[in-house]
Parts: sequence; structure tokens; C-alpha cells
Amino acid sequence: MAKLLLYLTLATSLIPLFSVAFSPENPTDRRVLVLVDDFAIKSSHSLYFGSLTSRGFQLEFKLADDPNIGLQRYGQYLYDALVLFCPSVERFGGSIDVASIVDFVDSGHDLIVAADSNASDLIREVATECGVDFDEDPAAMVIDHINYAVSNFDGDHTLIASDDFIKADVILGSKKIEAPVLFQGIGHSLNPANSLVLKVLSASSSAYSANPKSKLSNPPSLTGSAISLVSVVQARNNARILITGSLSMFSNRHEKSGNEQFLTEISKWVFHERGHLKAVNVRHHKVGESDEPAIYRINDDLEYSVEIYEWSGTSWEPYVSDDVQVQFYMMSPYVLKTLSTDQKGHYSAEFKVPDVYGVFQFKVEYQRLGYTSLSLSKQIPVRPYRHNEYERFLPAAYPYYGSAFSMMAGFFIFTIVHLYSK
Amino acid sequence: MVGKTESQNGAVKATAAPAMNLESDLFSNFSFKSFKLKTKQQELLLRVSILGLVYILAFITRLFSVLRYESMIHEFDPYFNYRTTLFLTEKGFYEFWNWFDSESWYPLGRIIGGTLYPGLMVTAAFIYWTLRFLRFAVHIREVCVLTAPFFASNTTVVAYFFGKEIWDSGAGLVAAAFIAICPGYISRSVAGSYDNEGVAIFALLLTFYLFVKAVNTGSLAWALASAFGYFYMVSAWGGYVFIINLIPLYVLVLLITGRYSMRLYVAYNCMYVLGMLLAMQIRFVGFQHVQSGEHMAAMGVFFLMQVFYFLDWVKYMLSDTKLFQAFLRITVTSAVAVGALALGVGTASGYISPWTGRFYSLLDPTYAKDNIPIIASVSEHQPTAWSSFMFDFHILLFLFPAGLYFCFKKLSDATIFIVMYGLTSMYFAGVMVRLILVATPAVCLISAIAVSATIKNLTSLLRTKSKTAVAGSSKGTGGSKASSKASFDQSQPFQKNGAIALLLGAFYLLSKYATHCTWVTSEAYSSPSIVLAARGAHGNRVIFDDYREAYFWLRQNTPPDAKVMSWWDYGYQITAMGNRTVIVDNNTWNNTHIATVGRAMSSYEDEAYEIMRSLDVDYVLVVFGGVTGYSSDDINKFLWMVRIGGGVFPVIKEPDYLVNGDYRVDKGAAPKMLNCLMYKLSYYRFGELVTEYGKPPGYDRARGVEIGNKDIKLEHLEEAFTTSNWIVRIYKVKPPNNRW
Repeated sequence: MAKLLLYLTLATSLIPLFSVAFSPENPTDRRVLVLVDDFAIKSSHSLYFGSLTSRGFQLEFKLADDPNIGLQRYGQYLYDALVLFCPSVERFGGSIDVASIVDFVDSGHDLIVAADSNASDLIREVATECGVDFDEDPAAMVIDHINYAVSNFDGDHTLIASDDFIKADVILGSKKIEAPVLFQGIGHSLNPANSLVLKVLSASSSAYSANPKSKLSNPPSLTGSAISLVSVVQARNNARILITGSLSMFSNRHEKSGNEQFLTEISKWVFHERGHLKAVNVRHHKVGESDEPAIYRINDDLEYSVEIYEWSGTSWEPYVSDDVQVQFYMMSPYVLKTLSTDQKGHYSAEFKVPDVYGVFQFKVEYQRLGYTSLSLSKQIPVRPYRHNEYERFLPAAYPYYGSAFSMMAGFFIFTIVHLYSK
Repeated sequence: MVGKTESQNGAVKATAAPAMNLESDLFSNFSFKSFKLKTKQQELLLRVSILGLVYILAFITRLFSVLRYESMIHEFDPYFNYRTTLFLTEKGFYEFWNWFDSESWYPLGRIIGGTLYPGLMVTAAFIYWTLRFLRFAVHIREVCVLTAPFFASNTTVVAYFFGKEIWDSGAGLVAAAFIAICPGYISRSVAGSYDNEGVAIFALLLTFYLFVKAVNTGSLAWALASAFGYFYMVSAWGGYVFIINLIPLYVLVLLITGRYSMRLYVAYNCMYVLGMLLAMQIRFVGFQHVQSGEHMAAMGVFFLMQVFYFLDWVKYMLSDTKLFQAFLRITVTSAVAVGALALGVGTASGYISPWTGRFYSLLDPTYAKDNIPIIASVSEHQPTAWSSFMFDFHILLFLFPAGLYFCFKKLSDATIFIVMYGLTSMYFAGVMVRLILVATPAVCLISAIAVSATIKNLTSLLRTKSKTAVAGSSKGTGGSKASSKASFDQSQPFQKNGAIALLLGAFYLLSKYATHCTWVTSEAYSSPSIVLAARGAHGNRVIFDDYREAYFWLRQNTPPDAKVMSWWDYGYQITAMGNRTVIVDNNTWNNTHIATVGRAMSSYEDEAYEIMRSLDVDYVLVVFGGVTGYSSDDINKFLWMVRIGGGVFPVIKEPDYLVNGDYRVDKGAAPKMLNCLMYKLSYYRFGELVTEYGKPPGYDRARGVEIGNKDIKLEHLEEAFTTSNWIVRIYKVKPPNNRW
């Protein structure tokens, strides 16, 4: 009994430990669950996994159909990220299914999905949930008769080389990827309804997606640069997803290619080692005061400030940019002003409250490619003048004051004259 | 509970109908014990005691709602008044005066202090502070609930003096008794109906009384009092426009009929000038008295009055009649020309604002229907049905013409006033249901003249024969039907019998009136409408308290800054009871904002979602009567939402929601109707519900049809709360999809 109690105390004291791993204060993922079809991948893709472990990730390998796997226990997520290197799995073991993976992402965790030709319906379904549609033909592969890898020539040109990267240093790192990325697998297209999914690596214009074994009878459904090889999604809650149609891309085989650099850089992005912003100390006050008022008056002069930091993987560094804007917003922005920065992460702007009363919002909508989106809004009512805040004596009204008082005096004199004359 | 209510009902009825019997007993007691009292003193005592009893009666007959339900605020607007009164008592007058309310009309907000008539709130707060000062620990809600009955009692006193001023004290007493229980007035002044009209009718009648008194006496003091009465009226209700137009009209009629006098000159000028200056102190009214087209008649008559005075003076100075005639012609022509020119220039330059839509719709009942759907959509703005005249006035409707006859027979400045008041207000009562209220005092007064005059004639007929005690008691009961001219017969026994028969008939009619009034008050006008009552299958009373259930849910379960979208009817209640921000409310000042909500309600869900996102809506509240058979729900109001929305956003077209001009919700309904947001929110999950035995699931009891779309899926909203009888349904607006 005492032992049980001890275990219980231990378990409960561990729970907070688990939950601190991914926090707003320290956004980099720590615990990663890797689901594989068989453990051979562990060795065949050891370079990639090695780069992850060397950066401090705790990888936990499980078979995808292991009956004991689960993403959460007692309502707490056990992992910060999930890697699906199991393209052929038909049914996950344990409590994992498509819905639980989607919930995992929707609660702010990251996901890497690598499919392959003959990807299972399950993996396709996960991809569809993220706005990516793999080629419907299960045997289809991306074929490119011009940009194929010369080194590994097997005649059907399915190992293609591509260097059509997304132009975003945040996602792919500032160092240019010199060598092309070698890719062998299924292509996918982006769902046009989804505005969050981005093509990171697309095929060249001469590529198409078809079954290399059979003769091409119909025009292929996916062609050219519409084919995406690697795509990423940054969800609205800043969870990041990487989807690709090639598992072999991660493997140790392609030594001379740019694969290693590409995958390392993009996994830094996916696991929030780069491009993660936070905004703190959102403050506003009247010019010359320091306390935040509950309500502003029209035509008040106010100062708005916010501090923005970027996560460098180990610490929060000041984020420097000249395009952060604040809106003073009521159904439409009445004031739109670029915030000036002191290069130390502090952004501020001064402006005058418009001559309109209502319930306004301070809005900062900062959405830049690759960065987590900052969407700050703070509601603040703006009231009109109080009855005693207007000017007391208007120069224009002096004739009226004069007439009123002369009228009174005249009436007084008239009364006296009328009563006492005769 | 039921038994108790019934017994209370009986008790009140007993006091309501034969209140006069009571005081005739009182009278006999007094007369036996202290016969030393002179007749005049006896009469005074009688009058005071009758008036005192009427005063009490007027108060207690309005307490049905408190006995039936509880001490609560009724309906829609009173909740706003209550909320503002609460603010006033908590924060003080200056905060109230400068109150900018960010909880209503999100995100526009509303300057409460500048857009309301503060008379009611200040009155209630004053009563509250007085009671507090006297160490009565009352809650402000109790004061608010009982303000209207208290002022109804005061109105009876004013009615007495008014009747006395126009006719005689007998007519005054009858008028007081009539107005105490007249359903037309009770409908707006039961306990809990804490609305502007509650005090405004008192102020209206007081102003009129004081003005008539001023005209009769020519006294500056009475005119001043009348100006203050007018000030109180302006501070209390927008209906003051009626006063500021009726009094000039009356003055004009007196001028035309050659009844111009110095008394009239003093009374009107003093009342107009001071009343105007005082009224300008109310922020909501401001400079309207000199700038708005509705107030120009009063100003025109004011200047006309000066012209008349001037002419009088010239006539006095000029002895030559011919010269004066020429002068008169020139002066009048030029005065009218100058007036017309000033009006024309003022209107053209925009200094004088044109008439408002509400004013137009009074003069032309079809105007609102064609041009301003938002005014036409309010149920109390509908033209009055004949039955509601019968319902609200009962025998007064027949006594009214008889009273007019008496007034015309004894024409004086005062009777001309009451005749004009009666006729104009009757016209307005025909235009709009709610204006029956304004007509009620006039109808009561004129009917009282009829009753009093007839009974006086009849009893004097009896008295001349033999001085029986019948006279006293029948006078006490007071009242009769008028058309009885046959009694002026020569044959005396027949005359006497006829008079007795007529008196009995009058007594019968008046007792019928009392019964009717009590019945109407208890059955029709004492429902708070926030708590609904229905008869159960076994005749027992079923209470639907869904509104408060929903509002308290909002108060307890939503974030404090949540924004609730609903049709404007429920805005005041949500802010007052739910304490949450609303998009639109019953103060319908911004038509575009209301139209935006109407558009959201009548669009498809995804379009509505965009609109709701742009307004930061967190919750949507709809009222649905399909389960209980409550017919004034949002589906029945929906066509107005379409019309108001379509008035501003032409993408919403009314024919899209109709099938061959029919409004239906069953299988034959228009496809747009079946898929619009309002339909979906009202009938979500309703298709699974069996509401009535022997009917298919999804049978709508309010409209008596099986609904046409039973498989409703919501994409961007989710059900958050539905009250126990499904009357109020609250939906939460989901955040945008995380991955799309």
C-alpha cells in the first residue's frame, strides 16, 4: 500500500515535468515519438535521427502497430512532436487514430509525415486533414526525365533532383542549400481551399506523376511545378506540420545531395528552433502617464508598446524588424501605424485617438512567411467628452453672454423705472 | 400557490368593483355620528374619502402581476430603464449623465446619458434616496417595480382636478375613478412595467391641467407651473411632442374662433418660452425646439400670438375701423409670408431638420410600412384593431361621444381643450396601438363628463319630487349611460320611474366596466412577458422561465467580455440580466447595424460566419417557440429581419424566403429559408424531438407544421445551451479551423 502511494506521488510529481517540456517560455520540442513500419529504418535513416538527437531531442521509436502506443495519458500529452515514418501502416496500434493525431496537432504539437509510393489510406487521410492530397494512383511516383539523379541511374527517372526551394530563410536557414535534393516517392498537390499550407520543395516543370511500371495512356493528373514534394503547414495555433511523399529522402543513401542540410534545416523550423516569435508586455497609456487606463477619451494622445522576441533554440533574442504595425481598430482600422523599434525587441508608437467614440481594439496582426503569427488584440473603449471637459467660455459666444446680461440689467432698470416713476 | 393567487384575485376584485359602496357606508356612518357637519363639509369629506379610496384602488389594482408572478421588471425596455437606474443610484448623477456604455451596440457603443429621457430614472432614484433617507431599507428594484402604480395613483388625483377644472367636482371624481382602472392605462402601468410612459402620462395630464388652469385664470403662476410640468414631461418621454403640438393647435383654434384673450396670451407665452428653455436642458432634446420641424408649429403660433397682441394694440389706438381692416389685412399677410419664408429658408438650409420617420408615420399610417421597416416591425407601432379599442375602453368608447355632446353644449376654453385633446389623441390611437395610452386620459375625462352630467340631471329630477336617500347613494356610485333624453317628459310618475330605471342601468353598466377592467388587468395586462405562463393539460398553470434561465446561463458561463448577437428585441434583457455585450438592442438608433445582424441571420451559415467574425461575435442567441407553441419567436419575426437586412443590403431579397408569397417552414419552404442561419439555429436537433403525441418528430407547435429540414448540420457554430423548454437557444461561434 505504501509502495503504491509512493508510486502515485512519483507519478503525479512527474506530470508537471512532462508538461513543462513544451511551454510558451521554451517552445522547442523535446520529446518526439517516431512511429516506424519496422525498426530497420532506425539504422537506415540514422544520420537524420542522429542530427536530431545531437540537437537534444529525445526520440522514442515505436512500431506503428504497437498496441501499447498512445499520445496522451491522463489527459496530458506525452510527446511534443510526432514523426510518422510508417507509410504503409493500415491501422495504428493503441489509441492512435487520425482523430487523435489531428487533436494532437490542434493542441499545439508538431507533426512530420513521410509517405511513399503505395502510401496507405490512413497516411493519406492524415495528409488530407492537413490540406495535402497525395496522388490518387497508389503506384504513382514523381518522374522527371530531365532533372533526374545521374548517380543512381535505374532507367525510370524516379529519383529526381530538385532545387526549387521556397524562398524563406526562416524555414530553410540563411545558408544557401547548394546541392539539389534527391527525392523518390509520391507527389502531392495542395488543397486550394487551405490557405495555410506552403510548398517548400516543388518539382521542376518537366516532372509528372505516374506509375513508372505501366505505359502512360492518359495524361497524368499531376504535372510540373504543381507537384509539391515537401510541404509545410503552420496551423493557426502555431503547430507546425511537415509532409512529404518520400521516406527515402531522409535515409542515409543520398550522401552527396543537399538532403541532409535541407532536412536538418527544415526540421529545425518544424521543431520550433527557428521562426518562433513571442510578444510580451503589451502596454498602452496616455502620453506622459504610465498607468494603463480603462477607457480613453476621444483625441487623447496615447502610446502603445510591445516587446517581441524570437526563440533562437536556446534563448529569447530580440526580434528586429521595421514592418510591425499596430491598428486602432473598430470594424476598420482608424489608425494604422508602423511601430518603431529600439533594436532590443521593444516596439512602440504614439498616436492620437481618432475623434470617434466606440469600442476600439489595439491590434497587431504580424504574419510573415515562416514566422509564427502574432495576433494581439486588446479591447479598449473610447468615450466622448464629459459635460465639463468642453471649453468653458467660448470667445464666439461673448455676444450672447453680453446680450443675456444686458437683458437682465435692462429688465431690472425697466422694473424700477416702471414701478417708481409717475 | 394557485389557490393563493385565486383568493388574492377575488380580494382585489371585491375592492375594485364596489369601492364606492364602501365609501357610501363610510358616508352614512359619518353622517349618523356627526350630523353637526354642514352640507359643505360633508361634501368635502365625501370627496376626499372617495379620492383617497380611488388613489388606493389605482395602486392595488396594478399589483396583480406581483401577486401572480413576483416582484420583477417586465418586458424589454424596462430592463434598460432598470439598468440605468441602478447605475444612477450606484454611481451618482454626473456619472450617469456622462455614461458611455460600451456594452451595447458593440463596437459602436452608446452615449446613454445623451440618448435617453432621464425623467423616469431620476424619479425612481429620487424616491429611492428619499426612502433611504427615511431609513427604509428598500432595494432599488422594488422602487422601480412600484413606480408606475404610484404614478398611476397620482394621475387619478390630477384627473380629479382636471375634471373639476373643465366641468365640476363630480365629473372630476368620476374621471379619477375611471382612469384608476381603465385598461388602456393599466396596460402600461402595472407593477413592474417600469417604462417612461408610467410617469409620462402623469406628467402629460399635469401639464394639460396646469395649462388649462392658466388659460382659465390668466395667472402667470399657473403658466409657470405648466412650464415645469412640461419640463418634467420632456425629461420623461418622447411623447412630449404631442403636447408641444396640441397646445399650439388649441391656441390656434381659440384664435380662429375669436376666443383670443389676455389670459390666453399670458398662459401660452409664458408656458412656451419657459417650457422651451427648460426642455433644452435635457441633452437628448437639446436644440430640437428651435431646430426640428416637429416643434415649428409651436414657434409659429408664438409669433402669431405676438401679431395678435400687436393688432389688438393697434385696434385700441386706431379708432377708425376701416383703417384697421386694411392694416389687419396687410399685417396678417406679411406675417404669414415672413413665417413661411423663414420656414422655407430654414428647411432648405438644413437648419430646421425635416420631420422624422416616426412623425410621418403618425400622420400617414402607411408611411412606415412602405419606407421604414424598422418602425413598422415593432408590434406596438401597428395600427389599432377595433377589438383593442373595445378591450381597452369598454363602455368609455360609447360614453365618449356622449361626453363630446355635453362639451359642445357647454363650450368654454376648457371644454374646447378637452375636446381637441380627445379627438386628436383618438386619431393617433387609431394609428398606433401604443398611443391608446395617450388617448386614455382624454377618453376618461370626457366620459366622466357624460356620466356626471347625466346622473346629475337624473338625480336632480328625483330630488325635485322627493328627497330620498337614493340620491346620495347613486351619486356615490357615480356614472351612467348618457342617451336618455326621453326623461325630460312631462308626465311626472313616468319621469321618476324612468330616472330610477336609468340610474339602475347606469349602475349596471358601470359595475360591468369595473368587472371588465379587473378581468383585463388580471388576465391580459399583468403578464411580465419575460416569464411565460400557460395552461397545462389538467388546467394547472405552467410557468416557462426560460428567458431568465438563459440570461443567467450567459452571466455564469461566458467570459465577461463575450459578445452576444441576437435580434434587437432581446438586447436590453441580455445586457441587464446577462451582463454581456450585445451587438444591437432595443434602442434602434442605428439601422445599418441592425440590418447587418438581420443579414447575418438570413444568410447561409458560412456567409453569416464572416459577418459574425467581423463583429467579434462569440455567442448567438435565438428564441424558439416550436416546442412550447410560443408564437412570438424569432422564426415568426424572421421576415422582418429579412426586410430590414434587405433594406440596407440588397443581396438579401424577401422573395427568396417565400414560396408564392407564402411564408412557410415545412417541406415546401424555399430552399434559402431552409438553410439560412436563423432556420438552422432554431431547428437544430429539433428533427429528433417529438413535441406532440401523434405527430411526427420535428412538429413545430408554434406554426403547426412538420419542419422541412430535419437534418441540420452546423459547421461554424456549436450548440452551447438550450433552455429547458427550448425557448432560448444559445450557440457558440467556433474559432476558425486550426489547419485551414
